[in-house]
Amino acid sequence: MITWPAWQIWLIIVGLGAGSFLMRFSFLAFVGDRELPPWVLRHLRYTAVAVLPGLVAPAVLWPAATGGEPDPARLAAAVVTCVAGYFSRNVMVAVICGAGTLYGLMWLLG
Amino acid sequence: MTEATRKEGFWLGVRHGLPFLFLLIPFGTLFGVVATEAGLDVVETLAFSIVVIAGAAQFTAVALMQENAPVLIVLATSLAVNLRMAMYSAALTPHLGGARNWQKFLIAYFMVDQAFALSSVKYEQKPDWPLAEKVGYYFGVIIPVAPAWYLSTLAGALLGETIPEALALDFALPIVFLALIAPALRTAAHVAAALTSVVAALALAFVPFSLGLLIAAALAMIVGAQVELWQERRS
Repeated sequence: MITWPAWQIWLIIVGLGAGSFLMRFSFLAFVGDRELPPWVLRHLRYTAVAVLPGLVAPAVLWPAATGGEPDPARLAAAVVTCVAGYFSRNVMVAVICGAGTLYGLMWLLG
Repeated sequence: MTEATRKEGFWLGVRHGLPFLFLLIPFGTLFGVVATEAGLDVVETLAFSIVVIAGAAQFTAVALMQENAPVLIVLATSLAVNLRMAMYSAALTPHLGGARNWQKFLIAYFMVDQAFALSSVKYEQKPDWPLAEKVGYYFGVIIPVAPAWYLSTLAGALLGETIPEALALDFALPIVFLALIAPALRTAAHVAAALTSVVAALALAFVPFSLGLLIAAALAMIVGAQVELWQERRS
């Protein structure tokens, strides 16, 4: 649950918006036609895949909802989501398979 | 003449942008539901989608705010997710750098994954297109995509305020992230980066202020880049 004061939430919204805009505007406006060095591009290619897995790993293994105890329904849902997403290459298919597994197992295991 | 070509490019862009609605509408709705369930109100949730207009970064910010990470860490980590936008900007500049300043402002604001993916492919197929047609195509793609993102977020936020807590929505975020990552694991380098991120984030979970995640992300980017280099040398 987010219990932050409103001004802090707005600070995040405005800061994230401004920072994202500057990154999107950077080359178009300031850098122009100069190309990025290959080693920079090589690292930028992996930003999303470098941040998101690390962000979810603790939530999968130690979910706050069960007081940090590993939970079979949530673990299985995570595995199914990954497998479905990898083979279908489709985000929504993965979400639906994962959510189906989670609710199915929670109902079965009570 | 330029007016005619701009229109042609524009309508082609609209047609190519439309199929993305099948992904964007459920995804935007999900963001609205998750953000309001996490404790944001409808106005804040909608503002996220209008001001930031970048799904993965928005989900990241909400997840870290839920963990009570410090403001600076929330900003740094979510912006790290959006670093790819700088790459988009660099890749589109040879084609769109000649546009008027007000157009470049709008191009930058609307630089989402779908606009970049479609435009960069199209511009490579049609290098001779005049600037007006390239700009027209870009805004054509945006026309269905951006309003769908705003409106589905709003719908999700209104829905989220009525959903009971017992639905285990704490796990909606991890499922969304995993669903985003798994299809993106195209090469061994992507897989290596993802695994490094997981292992390092778990090993560094003790580091205060959620700083372990930023360190893990930096390590994972380096591993991804190195594996890519190594594979290039081998082939």
